[in-house]
Amino acid sequence: MDPHVTDPSAPLKGKPSKKAERQLAREGKQQIISFVFMIFLTSIAFLTVASDTIPNRFAIPFILIIAGVQVVMQLYYFMHLNERGNGWTNIMLWTGFFVAALTVATLMLLIGVTKY
Amino acid sequence: MAETVKHEQTLPSHPEKATLEGKNKFLGFWFFLGGETVLFASLFGTYLGLRNGVADGPTSADLFHLDLVFIMTMLLLTSSLTSVFAMINMKKGNFKGLIIWMWATVFLGVCFLGFEIYEFVVYVNYGLGFTTSAFASSFYTLVGTHGGHVLFGILWISTLLIRYRKAGVTLTNAPKFYVASLYWHFIDVVWVFIFTVVYLMGV
Repeated sequence: MDPHVTDPSAPLKGKPSKKAERQLAREGKQQIISFVFMIFLTSIAFLTVASDTIPNRFAIPFILIIAGVQVVMQLYYFMHLNERGNGWTNIMLWTGFFVAALTVATLMLLIGVTKY
Repeated sequence: MAETVKHEQTLPSHPEKATLEGKNKFLGFWFFLGGETVLFASLFGTYLGLRNGVADGPTSADLFHLDLVFIMTMLLLTSSLTSVFAMINMKKGNFKGLIIWMWATVFLGVCFLGFEIYEFVVYVNYGLGFTTSAFASSFYTLVGTHGGHVLFGILWISTLLIRYRKAGVTLTNAPKFYVASLYWHFIDVVWVFIFTVVYLMGV
């Protein structure tokens, strides 16, 4: 078979270029750092709630902010939203989050205020 | 760049986006995740509105145990990391590494699901049936939908792993593994909100 004919189901041969190799190593390092950081944030959130000394008025906004930071790290480092050429994917996801925030607020007000 | 793509059989730096089909899968999948975000938002909003409506049943403070939730969270966060390792191996053309780390992800997902089933059984024994109260219905629906997504992810990834067990990294299967790992990370994102909004705020 002509090697120039594309066969997508043929195993890819060869190694990534030196440049790609370096890029992957850097990416991997960033991902391990963000993983450690996420574990750290999660532990802080659990400790905040587990220790009864911190009042809820402070604890609830605090753990919500921590969750927000974790989600951004997942999206940008693990799900590669930080890579170039991801304009549309970013727009789609943040539109989803915007609609989601409205949905949560609306449902909370509708159901929570009228009280079943 | 130019020297790595002499013809299509050599490893491109992004095998998951080297073909038009791969690019479309990737974009389409993010459209889907935007929709999933809204689906989970509706369930979260319902839960937040109803979580104090416990009727005569047990309250969230009676039921939730942080130690169990902490273990589940660690399992799911770690499974996110293992699927990241799988993607790095895929981009390096290391098929064996891809398969091993993906199976590790599936294994951690199964452990997570086991804990969740155990948790639900304990709650039901404690007197929290699906129809006990508004809190019970909204809780089981939200957390159960997430659990259903985990189960679907496990089946999806295992199917890919079994089907392509000997194929090597190809332009056909690279986008499929990539999209499956995106799905898995999304499940993890939803869980971050569940353990914060449901469990930590409910204790």
